[in-house]
Amino acid sequence: MEQRLANTWRMTNNEKKFIESVLASDLRVDGRRPFDYRDLTIKFGREQGLSEVQLGQTRVMSYVTSQLVQPYRDRPNEGTLSIFTEFSPMADPSFEAGRPGEFAVELGRVIDRGLRESSAMDMESLCVVVGKSVWSIRVDLHIVDNGGNLIDAANIAALVALLTFRRPDCTLGGDDGQELIMHDAEVREPLPLIIHHLPIAVTFAVFGEGNIMVIDPTHKEEMVMGGKMTFTMNSNGDICAVQKAGGVGVMSSIIMQCLQIASAKAADITSKIKHAVEIYNTERASQKANHYLLEVANQVSLSDVIMKEKQVENLIEHLAYMPLDELENSNQGDALAVDTRTKHESISQGRYTRAFVRGPANWDPYSRGISSRLATSFPTLPGFWCVLLGPKTFLLETEETTLLHAENSLG
Amino acid sequence: MEYVDSLTGFRLDGRRPNDMRQIRGEIGVVAKADGSALFEMGNTKVIAAVYGPREVQNRSQQVNNQALVRCEYSMANFSTGDRARRPKGDRRSTEISLVIRQTMEACILTHLMPRSQIDIFVQVLQADGGTRSACINAATLALADAGIPMCDIVTSCSAGYLSSTPLLDLNYIEDSAGGPDVTVGILAKMDKVTLLQMDAKLPMDIFENVMQLAIEGCKAIAQYIRGVLLENTKQLECRRGV
Repeated sequence: MEQRLANTWRMTNNEKKFIESVLASDLRVDGRRPFDYRDLTIKFGREQGLSEVQLGQTRVMSYVTSQLVQPYRDRPNEGTLSIFTEFSPMADPSFEAGRPGEFAVELGRVIDRGLRESSAMDMESLCVVVGKSVWSIRVDLHIVDNGGNLIDAANIAALVALLTFRRPDCTLGGDDGQELIMHDAEVREPLPLIIHHLPIAVTFAVFGEGNIMVIDPTHKEEMVMGGKMTFTMNSNGDICAVQKAGGVGVMSSIIMQCLQIASAKAADITSKIKHAVEIYNTERASQKANHYLLEVANQVSLSDVIMKEKQVENLIEHLAYMPLDELENSNQGDALAVDTRTKHESISQGRYTRAFVRGPANWDPYSRGISSRLATSFPTLPGFWCVLLGPKTFLLETEETTLLHAENSLG
Repeated sequence: MEYVDSLTGFRLDGRRPNDMRQIRGEIGVVAKADGSALFEMGNTKVIAAVYGPREVQNRSQQVNNQALVRCEYSMANFSTGDRARRPKGDRRSTEISLVIRQTMEACILTHLMPRSQIDIFVQVLQADGGTRSACINAATLALADAGIPMCDIVTSCSAGYLSSTPLLDLNYIEDSAGGPDVTVGILAKMDKVTLLQMDAKLPMDIFENVMQLAIEGCKAIAQYIRGVLLENTKQLECRRGV
C-alpha cells in the first residue's frame, strides 16, 4: 500500500465511465473482443536462460541462473527454485525502488506456486550430492514496461527462460570419488532442466457486479476493474493454481466458464512457447555446428596457412570496423579526383550526414588508428582489396553508397 | 499415508470428509479496539482487532472518494510447533495481508467514509491449518463489532482433495500433505465468490466439486457468524435496557 496511492496515475472519471459503459456492450478500448488475448512476442538473449516477453505493451525480462548450494534440511535430495521480482520504477510511476511492494510479492508468489506446487519442474534431478549440494535455480523477473496483466507476461517469461536455461554438467570424481568436477560447456553439453508441463497463467478482469469478464486486461482496464482472477493451467486442462484475492464477488458458475476459456488459452500459449523455443534451439544447434566445422577446418590446415587466413580475417574485420570515410578518402585518389567542385561539396555533405547516422564508428579510436595506418601502408587500397577479397560486394557497396549520397545531396 | 480410512471413511482426526471442525467466535476481546473478535476453527485460533474509521495517518495515502483499508497479518512465534522467530513482512504474510485486505474491501462500503482509514490487525495465536480462512472470519466479526458498514458478511473456508476424496476444512497434517488446497471466501447473502486461492494440480471437474464443498462450508460458517452477531446485539440491547 505504502506510497502507491499518492503516485498512481489517476484516470479521469469520464475515461473510467467510458471504459465501463463500452464494456457493457462487449467492446474494449483497444478493439479486442472480451476473450481475445493480446499479441505475444517472445525474444531470446545471447545467453541461454534469458528471455524477454512482450504482451501488448507489457514487457517483462526474465533471467535464470543457477548455483550449487546446500539443500534444505527437510528436503535433502531436492534442488531449490526461487523467484525474485523487480518492479523497476521505470515501468510505472506507482512502482518504487527498494523493497518489493505487495503486488510484486503477490506476482512472485503466484508464479512460484504455479511452478512449484504443481510439480512442473523435476526438483530431484537437480540434486548432486544428497544433503550436501544441490542446484539452486534462481529466476529474476524484471518488469520493464507495465501495460497491464503483469502476471501472465511474467509467467510466460519465466517459463521461456527456464526452458532455454542450461546448467553445467557436473560429476563426482577425484581420488576419493567425493570431489565435484564441473564440466566445461565445451567438454560436456550443458543440461536442460526437466520440466514436465507448462503452467500458464491466464488472468481475467472482473467488472461491474461481477458479471462482465475480460481476459488479459490492459493497464487502463486494470484501473477500472473491480477485481481480477488468475488461473494457472497447463495444456492438459489441469488447474495448477488459482488466485482471486478479494475484489468483486463472482458466481461460481462464471468461474467454471472462465476456467474453460483459460484452459483453451493455456493450450494456445503453450504451443506458442514451444514453437518459439524450438526455433531458438534449432538455431542454436546449427550455430554450434557451424562453429564446430570452422574449428575443424582450422585444425587441419597447416600452420603458415592459418597465419595467412588469420591475416585475411583481420583485414576483413578491419574493413568492417573501418568507417566509410576512410575508404572514401582512399577512393578519392583515383575515382573522384576529377570531380567538380559541387560534387566534392556534396560528398562532404554526405559525409556530414553519415557522421550522424553511424556516429559511434567515427569515434572509435581503435578502428580509426588502424585504418589510417592501413591507408598509408597501402596507397592503392581499392585494388588491393579487390585482390584480397574474393567477393567484391563490400567494395561495390561502398562505391554505390558514395554515389547514392552524391545523388541525394544533388537532387 | 492414508488420510481417509478406507474401511470406515473417517479422517485422521475422526471427522467425516464433509465435517468441519468445531468453530467458535467471540466478540469484544480487545478492550481498546473499536471492534475485535476471536475466532477458532478446531485448534486454529485467531484474534482480530479493527480500528477506525479514523483520520488517515499518512496524508499522502488519503483517498478522496473512499476509505483506505489497511490490513496486517502476523503469526505469533508460539503459534506453530517449532518455536521459530518469524521475520516480519516475509513474503507469505505480505501476500496474506494483501488477500485479506482486498477481501474485506469487497464488503466494506468504503464510499461512505471518504478520507478516512480502517485498520485491520489479525494475529494467529495457534496455527493448525486454515489460518487464512480463520483470519477472514475473525476480521468479519471484528468489522461488524466495530460497526463498520458492510454490504454483506464475508466468510471463508478451505477444502482439499486427498486419497481421492474431497475434504472440508483441512487441518495442519492434511494441509502439509502436499495435496490441493482450495481456500474460498464468499459474500454469504449474495452467494458470490470473492476470494479463491488454490495450489497443486487438480483436474477441472474435481476442482468444481472441491470448490462447491468449500462454498458449503462457508455458508455454514456464515450462519454461525450471523448467530454470534445476533446474540451479541441482543446482549447490547439488554444492557441498554431497551
